Amino acid sequence: MGLKPQNLHKEPILNCSVTFKINGEERNVSIQPWVSLLDCLRDHLNLTGTKKGCDHGQCGACTVLCDGKRILSCLTLAVMKDGAEITSVEGIAKGDDLHPIQQAFIDHDAFQCGYCTPGQICSAIGLLNEGKAGSREEVKELMSGNLCRCGANVGIIDAIMQVKDGGSYE
Amino acid sequence: MNNFGYKQAEDTREAISLIEHNETAKFVAGGTNLIDLWKYNIANPSQLIDINHLAELSEIKTLEHGGLRLGAGVKNADTAYHPVVEHQYPLLSKAILAGASAQIRNMASNGGNLLQRTRCYYFYDAEVPCNKRIPGSGCPAKDGYNRIHAILGTSEHCIAVFPSDMCVALAALDAVVNITGPTGNRSIAFADFHRLPDNRPDLDNNLKKDELITSIDLPEKGFAANYAYLKLRDRHSYAFALVSVATALELKGNTIEDVKIALGGVAHKPWRSTEAEEFLKGKAANAENFSIAADLILQGAKGFGYNEFKIKLAKKAIIRNGLMALNPESQLPGAQPSA
Repeated sequence: MGLKPQNLHKEPILNCSVTFKINGEERNVSIQPWVSLLDCLRDHLNLTGTKKGCDHGQCGACTVLCDGKRILSCLTLAVMKDGAEITSVEGIAKGDDLHPIQQAFIDHDAFQCGYCTPGQICSAIGLLNEGKAGSREEVKELMSGNLCRCGANVGIIDAIMQVKDGGSYE
Repeated sequence: MNNFGYKQAEDTREAISLIEHNETAKFVAGGTNLIDLWKYNIANPSQLIDINHLAELSEIKTLEHGGLRLGAGVKNADTAYHPVVEHQYPLLSKAILAGASAQIRNMASNGGNLLQRTRCYYFYDAEVPCNKRIPGSGCPAKDGYNRIHAILGTSEHCIAVFPSDMCVALAALDAVVNITGPTGNRSIAFADFHRLPDNRPDLDNNLKKDELITSIDLPEKGFAANYAYLKLRDRHSYAFALVSVATALELKGNTIEDVKIALGGVAHKPWRSTEAEEFLKGKAANAENFSIAADLILQGAKGFGYNEFKIKLAKKAIIRNGLMALNPESQLPGAQPSA
């Protein structure tokens, strides 16, 4: 019963020229309108740090920062982000200097297999940028969009609490 | 999944003109539901019309005669954290923050929240019949696994629930939906925006194909002193409601002067009962009266097997949430019950 991919549009569909600033660098791609930001990063720009988990907005593995806000790259079309500033996990550290949240993840054993980690780190930075989480309970609630099947959640919350309360976040 | 064209609309007039001339085009704002439905082969747009750049949709502003206008293009997170919403309409703020995840709330628009589709498993499975997807094909949910399904306002054709949290608060607050279209502007009271399934479950609401939601108006009265939003679900966070309740009270001492109660997760639209609200007016705000009101709200409730538990759960949730509204500070983050 499933439809094969088909063009329902009456006119030929042209590739779109999209320019964004990714991790501080301006990049231009020519892509089809239905390419997700996730596939654009991984397949067109060779930035494979951002992970494809469910591809349906249920796991948070694909989380990136768009103009400083955490979003799901799997449910975003790249073409909709023309002109935006995107930060993926590759753009978090400054050269060899880890971002405090990256160091905190290491210090607190905040991962096991590591697949959800790029999304967790981008989401944690988004949470800190938002500045809405006070208590540990609130941090847990505001990180619920990132699943960790290894069960490293306690370490993840510990890491975020340390950076949030330790004042090492800039 | 099908291929589609893409066009950014510069203003509302262009957006309407683009959709008017293309039967199978769709507006896209956040895309959090539409793009997912497209991936599941449930939505097959020929063209997406991007409305993220429409200035008319992008503001939250106070209205001249009191009240607040929420632009349809404003993100759910920006709405929930807006200072006026937080202070004057905390019920709305709380309900929005109980829905989805922080990432999705950063993406999803207010207008899109109203237009999200049900999360009925059968609706999402393109391989099985579903009257909402293919009218007349049947409803496997009625005799299937229906734990998340409706207990109120169902029809023989559909027992799906509308999944929004934000809309439960908007229903309780008597919001108004402002719409534009090829023939001009119109407004619909929130209670009349979403539909019951009846014999047309394919229609979720009364918005026409070529119309666009421009904003949602909140009346001046925000019930900021006594309110609560309780969301009960299978997972502590980031899950759709099995039952949710928005309660807004205006009290004089312990006597209820005014009250609004809306339920989520139980019907094809946020559920209200005028009879129950009228009963509570002038009564003491206590468990006994909330219990009687709950029975009035749940009159005619009917389970389909796996969702029978919702009737009892909804009753207890209404009572609990009424008592929590007396002390909103007692609630834990994430629309959980008080400690």
